[in-house]
Amino acid sequence: MTDTISPPELTPLLRPSAPRPQKAKPHYGTHVFLLVMSVVWLIPLVWALFTALRSKADTDKYGYFSFGGAFNFDNFITAWNQGGFANLLWNSVIITVPTVILTLFFASMMAFAVSRFTWKFNITLLIIFTAGNLLPPQVLAAPLFEMFKHFELPYWFSDSGTLLNTYIGVIAVDTAFQVGFCTFVLSNYMKALPQELSEAAVVDGASVWRQYVGIIMPLTKPALAALGTLEVIWIYNDFFWPLLFIQTGSRMPLTTGLNNLQGQFLANYNLMAAGAIITVIPTLVIYLLLQRQFVAGLTLGANKG
Amino acid sequence: MVVVPTLIQLVLIWIPTVLSVLLSFVRWNGLAFSDIRPAGISNYAYIFQDYPGFWPAVQHNILWLLFLGVIATPLGLLLAVLLDQRIRGSRIYQSIFFAPVMLSLVLVGVIWQLFYSRDNGLLNFLLGTSGTANAIDWFGDPHINIWAALIAATWRHAGYVMILYLAGLKGVDPTLKEAAAIDGANAVQIFFRVVFPVMKPINIVIVVITIIESLRAFDIVYIINRGTNGLELLSALVIQNLVGEGQVIGVGSALAAILLVISLVPIIIYLSRTFKKED
Repeated sequence: MTDTISPPELTPLLRPSAPRPQKAKPHYGTHVFLLVMSVVWLIPLVWALFTALRSKADTDKYGYFSFGGAFNFDNFITAWNQGGFANLLWNSVIITVPTVILTLFFASMMAFAVSRFTWKFNITLLIIFTAGNLLPPQVLAAPLFEMFKHFELPYWFSDSGTLLNTYIGVIAVDTAFQVGFCTFVLSNYMKALPQELSEAAVVDGASVWRQYVGIIMPLTKPALAALGTLEVIWIYNDFFWPLLFIQTGSRMPLTTGLNNLQGQFLANYNLMAAGAIITVIPTLVIYLLLQRQFVAGLTLGANKG
Repeated sequence: MVVVPTLIQLVLIWIPTVLSVLLSFVRWNGLAFSDIRPAGISNYAYIFQDYPGFWPAVQHNILWLLFLGVIATPLGLLLAVLLDQRIRGSRIYQSIFFAPVMLSLVLVGVIWQLFYSRDNGLLNFLLGTSGTANAIDWFGDPHINIWAALIAATWRHAGYVMILYLAGLKGVDPTLKEAAAIDGANAVQIFFRVVFPVMKPINIVIVVITIIESLRAFDIVYIINRGTNGLELLSALVIQNLVGEGQVIGVGSALAAILLVISLVPIIIYLSRTFKKED
């Protein structure tokens, strides 16, 4: 359905590309190089998995670089329970889901406004949004921290009495940071949709909201799917904002919680490895299911140079 | 439609950025607003003359940029060019090289810690130094750990660059290459004289990404040792001055303002190129 009107950037990635008429030559040198590089690339991950599957007692007895002893999932169970992974993972969900939904909602409205209407401040707004996304987050850390610390809230709402140590603080800043990037990408995508669509809608008496909800958003679905996948991974991987705003260890999302777990599991590399592998699993699932969307999201942002 | 997102952007991004610059000219412990005292440029004077971590951090940020620019980014380009040929297993290779891009830099740090560890890590076993006095603590030794961290960062950055260039290479008109081949150009000439120049827009994006990534580098050094002892970076120094005891908001903000000014250079160049045509 989206095939009828689909801006050019997405199509090569979302659909299998047609085979190019070119003779397949044997590339022995290339294969050797790529094989060696692939092995090098996989070693850290395989080593983490290998370490995670063995018990501390066995590795102490036989050495870490050995095959002695049993291989099982005991470390995963221990790490999961001792590290409170169920709790950390749930915290990640609480932060990631609203952030991604709010980001796409605000960014799509903004992109719709600046790409489908002519207004002299369109470019200025786009520049403000895009530049904000490119700043190193540490630049705004101090003022945001102080703003949140002095933003008083009733205690029934926040046990710190301020925006610190709340999910809302993290979600708000994560959203603000990601809206810039998504607005930039979506506005490029929406600009490529034919202007006649809007003109026809205006003739039919459709309001601005009607155009946004009924015409532009459905056509933007491929870009929203790609960006949504990308943002889920990015927010799940975000380390810095929860580190700055959340003080209670049991309230941290998984990626930031790893910082504490590293201290807790310091003496036990096998447990740490299991913890790392557990943290990889959600991204791995998304990777396997939605790799194409993720790659499309990444390249969408870069294609429009 | 425009008002709410714009307000969010102003209140949570741009006003704090301006406040960061203002706070760099004051002395403050971060408690009551009435404790704020004007400090002139004394925070900057302290940073440039006396702050022990500052110049190492500047050197490390420059090293980070050079390493990504000279090694990680070209490696990603090379992988993309090799995989863009119609070779068997291209998809599998792509998935392998791309996998680390999905991981957070924190997780990259943890995974490489397991690999680099002095007594338990694979690397020292492979080098035969494990358990001996020669065993190297790759993330602990202040003369080596920045290189160890850079290799870990390359593991992720190269895959990112590869995937962007693969998309770029798909967009190059194949007839250009055919025409060059008919004129007798070999594969290397075709790449450097025809394909690479045609990809100019994507080259610029990748240069900007590489510069910004090297200014933003934070997570990986923070998880290793909070950005101390050989791993000082500007971003980590900012945070060291803001959290924990003895908060020095003025010094932290001055460091943030320095980081801001440096970051604005690539940002402005990139934005002016991107929006020039449309303005």
